[in-house]
Parts: sequence; C-alpha cells; structure tokens
Amino acid sequence: MLDFGFMARCVPLFVKAAELTVKLAFWGIVMSTVLGLICALIRYWKIPVLQRLIGVYIELARNTPLMIQLFFLYYGLPRLGLLLEGTTCAIAGLTFLGGAYMAEAFRGGLNAVGRSQIEVGMSIGLKPSQILRHVVLPQALAVSLPVLTATAIFLIKETSVFSIVALPDLMYVAKDLLKEGHSTESNILLVLSYLVIILPVSLIFGWLERRVRFAGFGY
Amino acid sequence: MLDSAISIFTAGRNMARLGEGLWITLKISLSSVGLSVLLGIPAGLLMSSKSRFWRAVLRFYLEFIRIMPILVLLFLLYYSLSSVFNINLPATFVSILVFTLWGTAEMADLVRGAVTSLPKHQWESGRALGLKETQLNLYVIVPQAVRRLLPGVINLTTRMIKTTPFVFFINIPDLVKVAQQIVEVAGLRNNLASVWVYGFIFLIYFAICYPISLYSNYLEKAWQT
Amino acid sequence: MKESDQTIIKIHDLHKRFDQTEVLKGIDLDVHQGEVIVIIGPSGCGKSTLLRCLNGLEPINSGTIELNGQIITDPGTDWSQVRQKIGMVFQNYELFPHLNVLDNILLGPTKVQGRQRSEAKAEAESWLDRVELLNKADSYPRQLSGGQKQRVAIVRALCMSPEVMLFDEVTASLDPEMVREVLDVMLSLAKGGLTMLIVTHEMAFARAVADQVIFMDRGLVVEANEPEAFFSNPETERARRFLNIFQFEGVHKVQESL
Repeated sequence: MLDFGFMARCVPLFVKAAELTVKLAFWGIVMSTVLGLICALIRYWKIPVLQRLIGVYIELARNTPLMIQLFFLYYGLPRLGLLLEGTTCAIAGLTFLGGAYMAEAFRGGLNAVGRSQIEVGMSIGLKPSQILRHVVLPQALAVSLPVLTATAIFLIKETSVFSIVALPDLMYVAKDLLKEGHSTESNILLVLSYLVIILPVSLIFGWLERRVRFAGFGY
Repeated sequence: MLDSAISIFTAGRNMARLGEGLWITLKISLSSVGLSVLLGIPAGLLMSSKSRFWRAVLRFYLEFIRIMPILVLLFLLYYSLSSVFNINLPATFVSILVFTLWGTAEMADLVRGAVTSLPKHQWESGRALGLKETQLNLYVIVPQAVRRLLPGVINLTTRMIKTTPFVFFINIPDLVKVAQQIVEVAGLRNNLASVWVYGFIFLIYFAICYPISLYSNYLEKAWQT
Repeated sequence: MKESDQTIIKIHDLHKRFDQTEVLKGIDLDVHQGEVIVIIGPSGCGKSTLLRCLNGLEPINSGTIELNGQIITDPGTDWSQVRQKIGMVFQNYELFPHLNVLDNILLGPTKVQGRQRSEAKAEAESWLDRVELLNKADSYPRQLSGGQKQRVAIVRALCMSPEVMLFDEVTASLDPEMVREVLDVMLSLAKGGLTMLIVTHEMAFARAVADQVIFMDRGLVVEANEPEAFFSNPETERARRFLNIFQFEGVHKVQESL
C-alpha cells in the first residue's frame, strides 16, 4: 500500500525542486534559442571563419552527451581557473547543448525560404535587415516551429541530469528520498512533477503548431 | 604538463578500465537499438494500421515516453520495480529495458512515418504492373520504406549512445562512472585530472557519434527522393 | 506614338558572364518615357538576365546602366532607392505567403517609403479595384488562383509608384485560361502611359502592346523594330526562323489505300 502521509509530507520538497527545474529549463531554452538563432544566421550569411567555428561547435555539442559537457564545465573548468556556480553551470551546459540543436532547427527554416522571396523583397526596395525581419524570419519560424518546440521539450527533459552538478532539482530530491525507503511513493511524485511541467508545455506547443499551420503561413 | 596527463591514463589499469567502461556503454546502447528495431517495426505497422484501438494505445504509449525524461523512467523501473514486486533486477538489464522502451516508441513512430509517407500511387502503379501483393511488398514497398527508415535508425543509435551516461545514476560502471572514479583518485595528485579525463571521454563520445551522424546525413542526402 | 524624347533608362555595352559563359555580350538599349518595349527571343538568349541586371539582382561585368542620367551600375549605388523607381514582376508571382494580399502590397510603401498606412492602403485598394481584386484584400496568397496572384504582384510593384516596370515572363507559369486576365491588366497600364519592359512569349500580345520589339539571341540584340514590321516582315534571318516556331503548317492527311 502507498504511504500517503509520506507523500503529503514530500509534496513541498517536490514543489520547491520543480521550481528550480522550471527556472533552469526556462533560462536554458531562452538562451539556447538566442544562441541558436545567432549561429544559424551566421551560417546563413556565410560569414567567413565564424561559420566554420560555429560548424565545429554544432558538431561537438550535438555528438556528445550533456552529462559529459556538464562534468567538464563543473569539475574541469574550475581547475583551469574558471569557477562556475552550479546554477550558472547548468544553464551554460544546457545552452551549449541546446544552442546547437536550435541552430539546426533554424537552419532548416531559413533554407526553406527560397532565394526568389529574397529577390522580390529586394525588388520592392527593402533593405537586407528589412527582408530578414519581414520576409525571411516569419516564414522560417513557421517552418522551424515543430523542430523548435520538439527541441525545447527535449531540453526540459535533459534538465533531469542537473543533480550531478549538485543542484537540488527533482531528480536530486527523488534520489535523496530513496534513502528513506518509499521509493515507489517518491517515484510517483517524481513522474507527476514532470507531467505537470512538461504536459502543459507540450499541449501549448501542439496548439501553437496547429495555429501556425492553419494561419496561412506555409504552403 | 602533458606528461602528467598521460600518466593519469597509464597509471594502474586505468586505460583498461576505461576500455571496459566503453564496452559496457556500447553493449547497453547497441543491444537497446537492436531490440528497439525488432520491437519497433511491428509496433509501427500497428500504428499505421486501421485498428483504432491499437493506434490509440500506441499513441498514448508514445506520448508518455516522449514526455518523461528517460532518467525518470530509469529510476522508476530500477527502484520501484524492486520494491513493489520484490525482485532485484540487475542494473544493466533495467537500463537495456528502459532504453528499449524508449527506442521502441521512437522506432515505431519512424516506421509509421515511413509507411504513411509512401505515396499511394506506389501501390497503385505496382498493382497496375500486375505484381502480386507479396511481390509488391517485397520489391516496391519494403525497399522504399527501408530507405526512408535507415537514416532515422542510425540517428536513433547516436541518440542512444548519448543517453547511456544516464546509467551512471544506477551505478553501472560505464565510461562516465569509470572516468569519475579515475578523477577521484588521480585528482588528489594531479590538479588537472578532471580536465584531462572528462576532456578525453568527451572526445571518445564525439569520435563514436560524429562518424555515425555523418553517415546518417550522407544517406539522407543520397537517398533523397 | 506616345513616347517622348526623355530617356529614362540608357543601357550601354552591357556584358554579363556566369562563370565562363557570357550571357550578355554588349547590349545597347534606350528606354524612353512612356515607351513599351517587348523583348522576345529563344530561351537562354539573355532576356531575363537583362531585366535582372536592370533591377540589380545580377551584378554586371562591364558596361553601364543609367537611370535618369545617373549611372546605377557603380559599386556605391543605393539599390533600395533605384528599385523604388524600377519595379519588377516575376514569373512565379512570389507573393509573401505569410502576409495577406493587402499586407503584401503595403510592405514596400510603409517600410521602404515610410508612408502612412492609411494613405497607402487607400491607394492599394484603388489599384486592387482596378484589377478587380478588391474583394480579395484579406485573402492569403494560397487562397488565390495563379492569375489572381500575378495581378496582386503587379499591384504590389505599382504601389511603389515606379517610373519603369519590368515584367519577366509573367504569364509563363499560368494556366492558359488565366493568361488573358493578366495581359489585360498590362494592356491597360500601357494605355495609361506607363513605361514598361516586357519579356514574353505571347506573340499576339507583344504585337498589340509594343512600341518597339527587341529580338535577342545568344546575348545580343539581333533586331530592334516596330512591332508590325517585325512580325510581318522581320529584317533578319534569325528573327524569321524564331517566329516560324510559332507558325503551324496545315496538316493534310493523305488517306493511304491498303
């Protein structure tokens, strides 16, 4: 039988941990999106040298596990003189990983906007920055949206490893409670916590994608 | 500096231990991919079948797996199964089980995508040529579906390899765990041990995953229809 | 007929290469105020490239293009300024799929020319009315037929009040029954005195609308002539052969006895 009294006592712990998870995921996703867009634009404009460097960064980030990236940031960098606090480290790690995935997502969208759309923008006298803002980005975003949202959800799930950099997130609390026995109770709370965080996000994203698809964007 | 770095890896059985850790990592990820493909194909065919019941069940399964962090599933099965059913499953078994549950869901979705994206006229023109149903499947549908699937399967392999470090949490001595143990000991004498060791396994993961993803990209381009 | 002596565009010895192939081998052409010039020629003759050079979409290799006496082929040219004076319509309409008809038209006037939306909207609506598409102002491009899209594209270029309009095979992608509605719009613009450079394969239309026909082949202007003279009695052998493609001999079937 489940020990509901135990579960009730644990709820505040999970709420507090969930707040941390949400905070880390939120900032990680925001920074990843910004970094990803910048990287994608640099590659889109084929800026010499930088585009090469970004290409290397994207491959490194996409072909290694977040856990190793975090280990390196948290345990390696201080030895090289750069001490990162756990929270900063977690957000930096998630951004390093997420920026690369977001860059790839944006790239797909940017490439989907035809060269002729840019030409017609030029032919009515729009400046390059105006073409980007009014012609290319809106269409690219609509095309990228499903991949962007999938990446965002992937990043929320990746936050589950943050306890390795000593952050008291959901997994950390669940792991801590294992010592008291009651693993089933704490695991149920763990699953519920993630459901409460990710399910609404997933539903909102689904709704957003449908809206964009029917709004006359796309083809 | 480089000398002291090399000495970390040559000390004791460190290199051999890293090799064993890598072997466990690969064993878990590759067996999970293999099982996922085996189970994912029938699941995917069911998902693209006409049966509403199976479509709904598998859809729910897929969505649940997609929403839950894999680490949570690992905790759930490793710690709760043992306490609820009073069976103590080996950690490696549980990790392969969890990764297979996840991989099967992803694989099923790939199969569904590959089958439903085949244009209808492929069946029609096959029949128009007078092919029997089995011939049609063998010569027309399967080769095309495989072409559409393979890049996804390869992609799933790299994702699986990148997910295996999670087994660290259930104390399996994989590459990451071994690295951490080495850092703990060597770090006492060598200040930069964590940089070298974690940097090294970072590169090992990259050296494994990068060629695979290059190959997947190549296939995707070469087989674009 | 209606052209004045004022030269709007003056092209001198224009050369354009793509890698090794020279697609324009020294073009000279003057476009006068109110003149309608139709450029015809086999595909690959360089006629579309010529229009694209005039709109700054292709960099040129040598020669000059002048607009109202100012050379616009120098590196420092402000193409955004130039393109407001030289409008262009493309073969595949290229409406912005994420904007409705009205916003497609207003993007240039409001963002490039900084005009008030309400004032630009009034002008856009009067143009839409003229091309019989006022009821489609709120539709998205995907809801329009090809002919409707192309008429919107023409209005989009016109609302920038250009001095010259370039039409690059604007009916080539249209279903036959929609060609007419687009050509009618262009005819009425020509009657209104708009200066136009038109690349087309519609020979009957060319004959009706042109003040001057330019026949291009392999990167050169082979013949420049009045439309009547060009179509009934071309001066050059190459033009004659080209026009023959559009003629069909009557087929006389011979009944073979077995």
